[in-house]
Amino acid sequence: MSMYLTLITGLLLLTLLAGLGRVMRGPTAADRMLAAQLFGTVGVAVLMLLAIVQQQAALLNVALVLALLAPLTLITFVKLAGKRS
Amino acid sequence: MNLADLFTIVATLAGLFFFVAGTLGLLRFPDVFSRLHALTKADNLGLGLIAMGLVPQAASVFDGLQLVLTWIFVMISGAVVSFLIADYGLKHLADQIPVNTESQQTQQGKRGQDER
Repeated sequence: MSMYLTLITGLLLLTLLAGLGRVMRGPTAADRMLAAQLFGTVGVAVLMLLAIVQQQAALLNVALVLALLAPLTLITFVKLAGKRS
Repeated sequence: MNLADLFTIVATLAGLFFFVAGTLGLLRFPDVFSRLHALTKADNLGLGLIAMGLVPQAASVFDGLQLVLTWIFVMISGAVVSFLIADYGLKHLADQIPVNTESQQTQQGKRGQDER
């Protein structure tokens, strides 16, 4: 089971790498905001999987903190980008 | 292999599939608003399926509850953030707003005939 969940984690990280293509190509700032949102969601999923694989309940707390901080970052991004243009 | 392990395998596979589908939509959709759809719906569903799949594997009831509550929080904050991104797109990216002029004119013509 832990080997299977580690495989799922690896595949999720590959999809995260593929999402980086939107950061590089994205013509507008909104596309990069979307990629940051993707990073947050995939990061929470990877942390949940690792918490089960390594039997560390503390990683679930880290996932919660990431879920709390990601929208904070994105709200700042949106407000700053709106103010600049 | 008991039922809990089977449920975990099926749910995490489905979650991975939805994550891949959402990221593929993010890469290949033509404009910001459709990419926003792909990201908000498919990725949050993938996270939910992975969280539900991991609940049988959690060490205690509190850990399972923490998984589900983190997922619910990511969904709510994702809804708020996607609204903010769409608002930014409507204000500053006017050339990407989808406009459908033909069906609007047809509907206005039909409504005028009904009122007469």
